[in-house]
Amino acid sequence: MNLNNLTIKKARQGLKDKQFSSVEVVKDCLEQIKKNDLNAFITVCKEEALEQAKQADELIKAGQDLPLLGIPVAAKDIFSTKGIKTTASSKVLENYIPEYDATVITKLKDAGAIIIGKTNCDAWAHGSSGENSDFGPVKNPWNEEYVPGGSSSGSAVSVAAQMTIAATGTDTGGSIRLPASFTNTVGLKPTYGRVSRYGVIAMASSLDTIGHFTKTVEDSAIFLKVTAGQDKNDATTPPTTVPDYEKELSGNVKGLEIGVPKEYFIQGLDPRIKANIESAIKFYEENGAEIQEISLPYTDSAIACYYIIQPAEVSSNLARYDGIRFGNLRDAFGEEAKRRIMLGTFTLSVGYYDAYYKKAMKIRTLILQDFANAFKKVDAIITPTSPTMPWKFGEKIDDPLAMYLSDAFTVTANIAGIPGLTVPTGFIDGLPVGMQILAPHFSEGLLFRIGNAFEKAHDFYKHTPYES
Amino acid sequence: MNHRVIIGLEVHVELKTKSKMFCKCSADYFGQKPNTHTCPVCLGLPGALPVPNQQALEWCVQIGQALNCNIPLFSKFDRKNYFYPDLAKGYQISQYDEPFCLGGHIDINGKKFGITRVHMEEDTGKLTHESDSSLIDFNRSGVPLVEIVTEPDFDNAKDVKAYLQKLQQIVRYLGVSDADMEKGQMRLEPNISVSLDVNSKTLPKYKVEVKNINSFGFVEKAINFEIERQLEILQKGERPAQETRGWNETKNATVSQRLKEEANDYRYFPEPDIPPIRWTQTQIDSLKASIPELPDEKLARFQKEYSLSEYNAEILTREVAFANYFEEAVKVAQEKTTPQQIANQIINKKINIDEILPAELIEEILKSNQTNDLDINELKLAVKKVLKDHPQIAQDFVKGKTSVIQFAIGQVMYILKKKVDVNLVRNMILEELK
Repeated sequence: MNLNNLTIKKARQGLKDKQFSSVEVVKDCLEQIKKNDLNAFITVCKEEALEQAKQADELIKAGQDLPLLGIPVAAKDIFSTKGIKTTASSKVLENYIPEYDATVITKLKDAGAIIIGKTNCDAWAHGSSGENSDFGPVKNPWNEEYVPGGSSSGSAVSVAAQMTIAATGTDTGGSIRLPASFTNTVGLKPTYGRVSRYGVIAMASSLDTIGHFTKTVEDSAIFLKVTAGQDKNDATTPPTTVPDYEKELSGNVKGLEIGVPKEYFIQGLDPRIKANIESAIKFYEENGAEIQEISLPYTDSAIACYYIIQPAEVSSNLARYDGIRFGNLRDAFGEEAKRRIMLGTFTLSVGYYDAYYKKAMKIRTLILQDFANAFKKVDAIITPTSPTMPWKFGEKIDDPLAMYLSDAFTVTANIAGIPGLTVPTGFIDGLPVGMQILAPHFSEGLLFRIGNAFEKAHDFYKHTPYES
Repeated sequence: MNHRVIIGLEVHVELKTKSKMFCKCSADYFGQKPNTHTCPVCLGLPGALPVPNQQALEWCVQIGQALNCNIPLFSKFDRKNYFYPDLAKGYQISQYDEPFCLGGHIDINGKKFGITRVHMEEDTGKLTHESDSSLIDFNRSGVPLVEIVTEPDFDNAKDVKAYLQKLQQIVRYLGVSDADMEKGQMRLEPNISVSLDVNSKTLPKYKVEVKNINSFGFVEKAINFEIERQLEILQKGERPAQETRGWNETKNATVSQRLKEEANDYRYFPEPDIPPIRWTQTQIDSLKASIPELPDEKLARFQKEYSLSEYNAEILTREVAFANYFEEAVKVAQEKTTPQQIANQIINKKINIDEILPAELIEEILKSNQTNDLDINELKLAVKKVLKDHPQIAQDFVKGKTSVIQFAIGQVMYILKKKVDVNLVRNMILEELK
C-alpha cells in the first residue's frame, strides 16, 4: 500500500503501532509529487521534510504522542515559513524568504507535523481557478484539461492527488471550499477569527480565514483542533474555547434542523449539481434530520458587496510591496492584482467612499442578519458549493465577471464570518462535486458532525484519481 | 488692528510606553543602533498583524481627559493610506472619524481654547539622506504617537507658546511622555492664516502649515514671521498659497516645502486587523480617577494651602518632581519653619533636588535660622508692629508702589537689631499685606 494514500487518522495509528515510519510516509509523498506533473508545488522541502521525519520517528520511538506527529502537511505558499521561500505565487515576492513562521505553521510544527512543501495558488489568492499564478496554473488531477478551482489550487490538488496527507489553505471568498468541491477533498473555512491569520500574507483582512484540506471530515476535525485558538499576535482571534472536535463525530443527525436556502437553487445552477445536492439532502432526511426550505434574501447582493470590500482591503494590503524592500518592482504585479488595486483605490477615494465602501458595509450587515435570522429556525444550512462544474483552462480567463460569479455561493460565509465545510458528494462525468454546509459562528463541531455522517455512508474519499 | 490672525495647532506627542504601539519591540529608540528595535510587525513584513498596546490606549484617553475631552465609549482605528519610504506598510494606522477623545478645552491666561480631538496613531521610520543614497531606520516605526488638534482659536504667538508649554507640562504630569522636543518626542505644527476682514466669522480660504519646529521659541518666531509674510501678500491684494512651510533656523524664516492645492486623499477605511475598542463607563471613570493632580490644580492648591505667592507657586509646580520635593520638605519641617521659607530657599538658592534631600534642606534652613537666632514668631511680631506703626506702607502697596517694601524691611531690621535673611523678612511682610 502507498502510505501517501493514508488519512491523518490511519497514518497516526500506523506510526503509533510502528507499522511504518514517518520517513517512509514522507518518501511516498515525495515520490508521488515527483511522479505527477500537476504544478501543485512551488517549493518542495525534500531535505528538510526527510530530516524532520527522522526526528519524528525518534520522538515516536521515545513514546511521544502528538496529534500530527510524523504527518506530512503541505502549506499554501501564502503562509510565512521561516527560511523557506514564500511567494504568494507572485513574481513580486519571487525571492522572498520570511524570517518567521506564521502562527499556524508554528502550531502545526509543535503538533509534530512535517512541512513537505509550499503549494501553488492564484497570485495573492486572487482567483477561483488557479490560473492567476505567476508560476503557471495547477492542473486538476481528475482531468488535467480542467481547472482545480482556486485560489488554494495547489493545496487542494496536493491532497486530492495523494501528494500529502493534508494541506493548509486560505478562504477569503471560497478559496478553500471551491477547490475542495472540484477535487473530491474536504475543505474547511473556519469562523472568522477561529484560526490565527498571523504570518499569512493578507488578501482582504476582514474576510480572510485560515483553513485546510483533508481527505476526510474526521481529519479536518483533528487538524482544526491543532490550528484553532486565540493568538496573542492576532487581535481578531477571540478567547472562545476550542472543543474536542473529534468527539462531535457521532454520526447521528437525527432531529437536526437543516435549512435549504431557495436563493442557492436558482437558474444558473447546473441541473446535474442540483440533483446531486438534492440527493445528499435526501440522505439527511432519511436519517432523521428535518429539512426546511429557508430564504436568505440578500444572497444576490453578496458578490457585489464582496467585490467592493475585498478589493478595497486588497489595495491597502498590497501597498507595502512598493519595490523598495521586496526586490521586485510594482510592475511585477499580474493583471488580476492590478485590477483589484485599481478597483479598491477607486472605491475608497473621497467622493466614492460613501457610494461604494460604506454601502457595501451596510449590505454586509444585512447578509449577516440573513444568516442570524436563518439560524433562529435551523441548526445548519446545506447548499451546493459551486453553481458550475470545473471548467476548462482559459474558458473564463478573459471574463473576470464570470470568474467572480463562481464564488456566488461561497462569499456569503466570508461576508458573515460564519464557518463552511465542503464535503464530497460524488462525481459527474468523472469530475467531483461537493456540498457546502454552513453553521453559526464557532459551530465547526456541528459542521463536522453533519459532514461526517454523510461521509461514513458514502466514502467518496476512497476514490482517488489514480484508482484502477 | 486692521487684520485678524487665525491659528490652530496640531501637536504630536510620543508616548513613553515600554513597547511599541502594535508589537512587543522596545519603544525606547532614541540613540539606539539603527534597525535593532524591529520585528515583522513594525517592519511591515508580509503577514504580520498589529495588536494594540493597552497602556498606550489608556494614556491617550487620559491625555484627552486632562484636556476636558469627551471620551466616546466606541472608538476604532483606521488606515491612512499613502506612499512614503519610511512607512513600512504603505499605510499608517491612525484614527479618522471616531477618535478616542473629542471636544475638549484648555484654559490659558484666563482664555479658553478648544481642543477638537485627541487620537492615537503610530510613528513612522526615520529617513537619513546621504549624497547618493537614503537610509531607513525602523526603530521609530510603530512608536505610539498621540495627536492633539486644537480649534483655530489662537490669534497670537504668545498664547500659542503658553498653550504648548501647558500641554507639555500636562503630559509630563500625567507621566505619559517626556515631551522632549530635542528628541522629537513633541512635534509642533501650527496652521496660520490671516484675514483683512476683521469682522468676518468665516475662516480664510487658505492656511499655511509650518513644520520642523523644535522649540517653543521658534514657534513664536515662526508664527510672527508668517503673520508678517502673509499680511504683506494680502495687502498687495493677493491670497497667500495653501502650503506646507518649514522653519529654517539659520535664515530665521519659514521656507516653502510643499504646495498643497488640494487636500490629500488618504483613502481612510476602518482597520480590519484591530477590532473596534469598546470602553465601559467604569473603565473611563477609573482612568479619570487615576489622573494625578494637574498643574492648574496644584498651582491653586499651593497658593491656598501653603500661602505661597502665585509667582513662587508657579515655579514650584512647573515640574512634578519639584513640587513633590517641596511638599516632602514641608512635611519634614513639621512646622519648625514655614512653607514660604522653604519655597524661598528652594527657589532663591536654586536647590538641586537630585542632590539635597528634603531633610537636609530643612536642616539647613533651621541652622541658618538659629545662627541668626531668629524666632519666626519674633519676626512676625516685628512685621506686624511695623505695619501697624506705618499704615502708609499698606496704602502705598495697594496703590502698586512695591518699593515701599524695601522701607518696611528696613524698619523690621531696625526692630530686630540683628542680621536676618532679607527674603524671609520680605515674604513675611508680603504675607501680612495680603
